Amino acid sequence: MTRATSSAHKPVRRPGDVVFSSLSLGSGILILLILALVAVFLIWQGMPALTAEREEISGGEGFFSYVWPLVFGTVVASLIAMVLATPVAVGIALFVSHYAPRRVGNAIGFVIDLLAAVPSVVFGMWGMAVFAKQLVPLYDWLSQNLAFIPIFDGRSATGRTLLTAAVVLAVMILPIITSVSREVFLQTPRLHEEAALALGATKWEMIRTAVLPFGAPGVIGGVMLGLGRALGETMAVAIILSPGVFTWVLTASGNNTIPAEIALNFPEAAGLRLSELIAAGLVLFVLTLAVNLFARWIVEKRSEFSGAN
Amino acid sequence: MSKRIDVNNLNIFYGDFHAVKDVSMVIEPKSVTAFIGPSGCGKSTFIRTLNRMHEVIPGARVEGEVSIDGQNLYGRGVDPVDVRRQVGMVFQRPNPFPTMSIRDNVLAGVRLNSKRMSRKAADELCEQSLRGANLWNEVKDRLDKPGSGLSGGQQQRLCIARAIAVQPEVLLMDEPCSALDPISTLAIEDLINELKSDYTVVIVTHNMQQAARVSDRTGFFNLEATGQPGQLVEFDDTQKIFNNPTKKATEDYISGRFG
Repeated sequence: MTRATSSAHKPVRRPGDVVFSSLSLGSGILILLILALVAVFLIWQGMPALTAEREEISGGEGFFSYVWPLVFGTVVASLIAMVLATPVAVGIALFVSHYAPRRVGNAIGFVIDLLAAVPSVVFGMWGMAVFAKQLVPLYDWLSQNLAFIPIFDGRSATGRTLLTAAVVLAVMILPIITSVSREVFLQTPRLHEEAALALGATKWEMIRTAVLPFGAPGVIGGVMLGLGRALGETMAVAIILSPGVFTWVLTASGNNTIPAEIALNFPEAAGLRLSELIAAGLVLFVLTLAVNLFARWIVEKRSEFSGAN
Repeated sequence: MSKRIDVNNLNIFYGDFHAVKDVSMVIEPKSVTAFIGPSGCGKSTFIRTLNRMHEVIPGARVEGEVSIDGQNLYGRGVDPVDVRRQVGMVFQRPNPFPTMSIRDNVLAGVRLNSKRMSRKAADELCEQSLRGANLWNEVKDRLDKPGSGLSGGQQQRLCIARAIAVQPEVLLMDEPCSALDPISTLAIEDLINELKSDYTVVIVTHNMQQAARVSDRTGFFNLEATGQPGQLVEFDDTQKIFNNPTKKATEDYISGRFG
């Protein structure tokens, strides 16, 4: 006590504190540095493509015309994957956290985590060799009966379409959304659940009033992680999709995503073509950043009601 | 709106553990009944059987009978959800829904009962419930702000408003002041006094002065020994329990000789 008072002007600096605070400060700076270097690399190497003459770019109509179909393919495949995966993931997470007996729930949670351990190249092979073929009849049916909707106006004999890639992506992002959601659902304060039950809530009403609102920011976080993975997924899409020029039709081959385009063309690219691909990478980088900022903003907007205060 | 509760030979178990043994009592309508006793004696467990909230814990079961105006809560085909709509509950720690505004918190129970109500009716119910919980004047200008932004005592009164908004027949309070400061406690105690003109109020408390101040009847729960089931030692008018208890154990407890 007396020591603390006497050294009030000059706080004691213990070696452990100094080491740990510099260590964490260093890590914090490092992550920013890496991010900055990635951005610098992408801009520097991609600049020639951004400033090149229209005719010099693949397709001959400038970089924007080259990249936007790729952005379209990337965004559409990822959004479809997100829309398909989110309800299933939230359902599984609720089952594991609130419906299943504890042991069954733990077992299912473990299996879901195993799904995350499957390498994307395996998903790619399965998607191309097995799953795509299974979807051919569905695409036939869609193109025959719903062709008035532009996205279904066409069929693929192999089933290697953007839609197939999107469905496989949905399977791939299922584990991450599920485990994040399960964690937050399990953390719902017992008091809030009991508050709902004591008001005469049924189990589902309890989940709606106490569990889902409490877990929503976490679920959004998980969905964004999944979306990030889907946007950046390379191998599975590169294997499954039979790429081609831009088309609105999702049930026929065509389109491509930025990561698959880069992976398929990078080894043989040189000069301006290389810059093109790197600039496409820059676009993907910005896209992912924007998605994450948007997610942050959604979570932040509700923080007053988060119960953290 | 207030009903009489008959408890008949109630035994409560958690799996194989016998938590509370052979409780029988009559709780009169429009009165405040308090339960006191040392920690772990089963008073909270007992109060939770009055609205079947103990069933939230896996393995919990009861033998015996609890009836509200002659209707057995544990009869065949009785839905616990319906029971809880008739018997409201306030918990040890204030637990407003953090994602809801003050107004939505008050109306949460009514919305669950899936009654469609006009905005005007909802506003009226909201005001009436908040007035009933002595909270209206403090929050009327910020009904759309989150309930978690209120002080602990205000949050607890918000929870009371939420409970009375569904117009229950009985209001259970499980140590409602244990997380509150003395001023907020006083506010809640005043409120309990007003609530008993409309509701049958049952309260569990660790604070004997509180039981003496607010209740008409008091029950003393105790354990014979650690590991034994808790039981109702004495149940009588509050005056009698605190001035002239029949049982030695009650006298020892209220005079501070143990517990």
